[in-house]
Amino acid sequence: MTSELDIFVGNTTLIDEDVYRLWLDGYSVTDAVALRVRSGILEQTGATAAVLQSDTMDHYRTFHMLERLLHAPPKLLHQLIFQIPPSRQALLIERYYAFDEAFVREVLGKKLSKGTKKDLDDISTKTGITLKSCRRQFDNFKRVFKVVEEMRGSLVDNIQQHFLLSDRLARDYAAIVFFANNRFETGKKKLQYLSFGDFAFCAELMIQNWTLGAVDSQMDDMDMDLDKEFLQDLKELKVLVADKDLLDLHKSLVCTALRGKLGVFSEMEANFKNLSRGLVNVAAKLTHNKDVRDLFVDLVEKFVEPCRSDHWPLSDVRFFLSQYAASVHSLDGFRHQTLWDRYMGTLRGCLLRLYHD
Amino acid sequence: MPGKLKVKIVAGRHLPVMDRASDLTDAFVEVKFGNTTFKTDVYLKSLNPQWNSEWFKFEVDDEDLQDEPLQITVLDHDTYSANDAIGKVYIDIDPLLYSEAATVISGWFPIYDTIHGIRGEINVVVKVDLFNDLNRFRQSSCGVKFFCTTSIPKCYRAVIIHGFVEELVVNEDPEYQWIDRIRTPRASNEARQRLISLMSGELQRKIGLKVLEMRGNAVVGYLQCFDLEGESGLVVRAIGTACTLDKLSSPAAFLPACNSPSKEMKESPLVHPPSHGCRSTHNSPIHTATGSRLTQNFSVSVPTLIYTGMGSGSAGKEGGPFKALLRQQTQSALEQREFPFFTLTAFPPGFLVHVGGVVSARSVKLLDRIHNPAFVGIMGNTRSYKLLDWNSFNSDEPETRDAWWAEIRQEIKSHAKALGCHAVVGYSESTSICEEVCILSASGTAAVLNPRFLQDGTVEGCLEQRLEENLPTRCGFCHIPYDELNMPFPAHLTYCYNCRKQKVPDVLFTTIDLPTDATVIGKGCLIQARLCRLKKKAQAEANATAISNLLPFMEYEVHTQLMNKLKLKGMNALFGLRIQITVGENMLMGLASATGVYLAALPTPGGIQIAGKTPNDGSYEQHISHMQKKINDTIAKNKELYEINPPEISEEIIGSPIPEPRQRSRLLRSQSESSDEVTELDLSHGKKDAFVLEIDDTDAMEDVHSLLTDVPPPSGFYSCNTEIMPGINNWTSEIQMFTSVRVIRLSSLNLTNQALNKNFNDLCENLLKSLYFKLRSMIPCCLCHVNFTVSLPEDELIQVTVTAVAITFDKNQALQTTKTHVEKSLQRASTDNEELLQFPLELCSDSLPSHPLPPAKEHLESASSNSGIPAAQRDRCSSWIELIKLKAQTIRRGSIKTTVTVEKASPVGDGNFRNRPAPPCANSTVGVVKMTPLSFIPGAKITKYLGIINMFFIRETTSLREEGGVSGFLHAFIAEVFAMVRAHVAALGGNAVVSYIMKQCVFMENPNKNQAQCLINVSGDAVVFVRESDLEVVSTQQPTANCQSSGTEGEVTT
Repeated sequence: MTSELDIFVGNTTLIDEDVYRLWLDGYSVTDAVALRVRSGILEQTGATAAVLQSDTMDHYRTFHMLERLLHAPPKLLHQLIFQIPPSRQALLIERYYAFDEAFVREVLGKKLSKGTKKDLDDISTKTGITLKSCRRQFDNFKRVFKVVEEMRGSLVDNIQQHFLLSDRLARDYAAIVFFANNRFETGKKKLQYLSFGDFAFCAELMIQNWTLGAVDSQMDDMDMDLDKEFLQDLKELKVLVADKDLLDLHKSLVCTALRGKLGVFSEMEANFKNLSRGLVNVAAKLTHNKDVRDLFVDLVEKFVEPCRSDHWPLSDVRFFLSQYAASVHSLDGFRHQTLWDRYMGTLRGCLLRLYHD
Repeated sequence: MPGKLKVKIVAGRHLPVMDRASDLTDAFVEVKFGNTTFKTDVYLKSLNPQWNSEWFKFEVDDEDLQDEPLQITVLDHDTYSANDAIGKVYIDIDPLLYSEAATVISGWFPIYDTIHGIRGEINVVVKVDLFNDLNRFRQSSCGVKFFCTTSIPKCYRAVIIHGFVEELVVNEDPEYQWIDRIRTPRASNEARQRLISLMSGELQRKIGLKVLEMRGNAVVGYLQCFDLEGESGLVVRAIGTACTLDKLSSPAAFLPACNSPSKEMKESPLVHPPSHGCRSTHNSPIHTATGSRLTQNFSVSVPTLIYTGMGSGSAGKEGGPFKALLRQQTQSALEQREFPFFTLTAFPPGFLVHVGGVVSARSVKLLDRIHNPAFVGIMGNTRSYKLLDWNSFNSDEPETRDAWWAEIRQEIKSHAKALGCHAVVGYSESTSICEEVCILSASGTAAVLNPRFLQDGTVEGCLEQRLEENLPTRCGFCHIPYDELNMPFPAHLTYCYNCRKQKVPDVLFTTIDLPTDATVIGKGCLIQARLCRLKKKAQAEANATAISNLLPFMEYEVHTQLMNKLKLKGMNALFGLRIQITVGENMLMGLASATGVYLAALPTPGGIQIAGKTPNDGSYEQHISHMQKKINDTIAKNKELYEINPPEISEEIIGSPIPEPRQRSRLLRSQSESSDEVTELDLSHGKKDAFVLEIDDTDAMEDVHSLLTDVPPPSGFYSCNTEIMPGINNWTSEIQMFTSVRVIRLSSLNLTNQALNKNFNDLCENLLKSLYFKLRSMIPCCLCHVNFTVSLPEDELIQVTVTAVAITFDKNQALQTTKTHVEKSLQRASTDNEELLQFPLELCSDSLPSHPLPPAKEHLESASSNSGIPAAQRDRCSSWIELIKLKAQTIRRGSIKTTVTVEKASPVGDGNFRNRPAPPCANSTVGVVKMTPLSFIPGAKITKYLGIINMFFIRETTSLREEGGVSGFLHAFIAEVFAMVRAHVAALGGNAVVSYIMKQCVFMENPNKNQAQCLINVSGDAVVFVRESDLEVVSTQQPTANCQSSGTEGEVTT
């Protein structure tokens, strides 16, 4: 006696959250059944393995049918085939677009192309996430990217509108899209200590301040691309380190302000010129795409690592950066105050976030 | 009488990509009705076209309106080649033809293609203008309302229940026409869908005409079925109960009809279906027709069992004089009718007087081929020209099929007569076809009815009196209708355990729902008998003879199994009994489902005694006693599980006439039976009334084993196949309707009966277990209206389809109510007489045209909601209400007055409610449509019936593997069918389908060719419902206004 056909269709589509998770995690039906058995569900419900198998198959079939709709979430809301309460719809979408931290760290900043897709095998082996799940997450990134790529207006709003994600998740996707578009390097060994959250934080600051949309949201701008003019202008900041007088003056201003307030004052004093050179050079280099990609590597190399090797506490870093940014206003010979603020305001936030072990 | 049909095509969305180059579609729409077609403009390059067409107007007569569906075809425009069809929408416009139903059909319909399934949606608006006065319903069958619901619909009152209407139409199946060899599968499927749609329209119209002839205005319990007879054609047949219904002016009032005597009762003219040629009935024993008829029209009638109690005989006393009188009267009302059958399963209070038992008849027929395909017949006065498209049908076929059914109905009628009954209620008909053999089955419950619903009101005065005499005995329906001295079969009679005045059988089987006023102890449960019998493959007559030889044995075994399982549950009555016999190439399957209950009026069932044939063998003896113990344990466990603890009734309270000595001893014995101790139970199984199972061979052993393998549902779950679960009445609002299908392949061809039985049993049990597991999040809940259908699509395949609804209930309250029930029954037993006198008298002086209980409850509900108790809590109070409502009459009378005045002050119109059905989920663009096989929605009031939904779909695939195999294919198809039903209901302005049924699910596969096909036929009633909690929100100051019977009747009170 073999079961040829075995289906269950409810007027309200039954969604089992546990099975959904297993499906999203890319387990095969057999593995999912085994995992469910291990969860002790048979003992709780008095069901048999055959029942569990049939139930799992059913749910998998349903999810498979829903997947097409999940690719365009507004369709899920308007379709007539599956009657699903709104709260469940939201759950389905949110979970489908959720991603694993380990996975996103692997592809963050990479081009969302076929080439990267081929590497998913390695990522799967490395992270222990099933290939199926990796594919889903990658395809999600790519799909969102494709849809919002050419759109005007706020990146987060666009994502939210077209994929009906929660605010939190939409922000994360904005960061992923932003990183993918600008191809920021995040995979270097030096950067391994950073979490996706750190990058997402930086991305948000950069979107808010460094993109075209940041200047005038009415314009036909895009949140995805950095403001090229701004990047060009950043060259002007070079004077801060190229002009020796200006550099000395800047240093003395900062030192005067911080004397006695900083635990690592002597280290700061000794390192000031190096640090300042580092930060300003990063800005000046941003005209080249290659250097834009290495932004985070540079920041860590030129600022985070030197400070960390001298054991600066975070509070001292904060004092220093505030003073470092503010003192420029007192430099009489320096004319690019607004530019400096736009650059340093964001950079300061990023650096503080990046400064940890 | 012409009408104007107006259609507007608004927009489309989610269309499929038809042009690969642009990834877009150039869509336009063809709107076709009858022979007229209109087209919209082509909307270029869009998957979401906005046609916003003008109004397409069709001027047609109303016969066309009834028969024809509106056909909307969405196409992709192609400049160079033929336009590609995207899909179709068929809209049945019948609901627009009743005055009270929908006025407009407007909404998003899924665009359906028989090969690709749903492909996007289209927004359509449909209106009908009928050019005639309001009185048109008198002349046209247009105004006749159809209901699938097998009880009087909630917002109507039955004035007269006229009786049985039936009709069938026959045509050639397009799938078997020569042209099918050259047309595409899509064209063939669409031809079939369209033909069936036409035929159902025609059938419905013809039934409507019959109803009008009977002076009725509605058909209740309308059941339409298709017989796919293959080469010999396609039969569409329908049965129903003609009624005259009155709409209660206030929505959702549920005033029992019996208490408002109709003024307009007329002698209902009886309609005899057109007479047919041969109508011989073959009653027992097996009769094989021989002679010249054999070649063309082979027919075997099978002796049928009458399901009632089966104990050892004991004659009792004569029936009361009342019974005779009543019988006489009913007789006069019913005798004129050819078939006094009623498809209803629930009745207005007082309608059902006595129930005799289940009557059923089966007959095996050979389907004859069409011999002269060139013949074109004109079917009487019907509009057969439409059918000429398919011409070549055999002119005398409808007559043949009619005669077959007439024969069976005659047999049913005579069985009912033998039980001393003049009517059959809960009547249904079915067929099972395999190749050229067809089994026709009919079954129902023999009953004695109260004549006042059936005929003239001239004898009303004296009837009223008798009613009072009769109505209040809640055990009345259990009393035997037949003459004890002249019983049609051996039965074990006792005095009713409730009134102690009349005789009752020891076991009662019925096909109807449990009457609402019946006193039940404990809860009910689903009981199934399952049986397979192998049969040799044979041809034609030999095959039919083999089948008809097997049938009586199957019937007998199914009956024995039911009886055993019922006893094992410690119960004494079956409701909603449905026995399905399915014929396959090499086997017969029998599946009986029913809901077992313990009726307080019937005696405690005896146990099951096991007896061996060879008592000498010691170890055998031991084995037997071991089995016996197991059985007794199971009975005890079941009694506990279903809370069956009948109250002990002492003779003093009852004051029944002193029974003759033999009776007396029996009564005493039953007293000890009803005690709770298991050990005592064991002893009390006197040899006479215990059911004896003889184990003489391995077969019987298997049977006993199979009895014990039925696993009870997990805790928190109950199941039944009736409308409501006896013993649970505190439903909460969550419902989940579902369909589950399983097909198993039997491992080998040389199977034994035992192995087959086990396979079948496992299939059903596993299916139930799966359901319990899937729905575990709803616990505590009850599976209601569990409907199993078995089919044998191929040699080694068994297909089981289940449709049911899971309803949650409040567990805490359930316990209370059961207690109340027991208390009530105790109370009733003692104070019965008093009550009987009080209520009717008071009602008379009040001239309150209402049943005593519902208004009382309502008042209390209103009172509690007035005092600010939230709905949920109020629900919880209802058991308390149950208790005190008997004493609340004074307050009640006062309250009705006040509510009426409030109602006058701010009447809550129908319109208000139509705007309300919007579901609570506001951010969803798709409104929720509930579906349920039940006639009601828990926690809600049905405010409007929008019309019948009757849909037929075919789905075919030639890429089965790509669509996820057979499971993926059928899963998607059923989901699509649900979606289309919901869309149609929503477009009618409704938010639920009640009395939903999947009448057919024919699935065929050919995995080698990567193909599969499935036909599904569903029906139901589209309704608008309003949540009770919403009602209170809408009208905080007059919560009862809506529940109040009706404005006019309320005024009579004041």
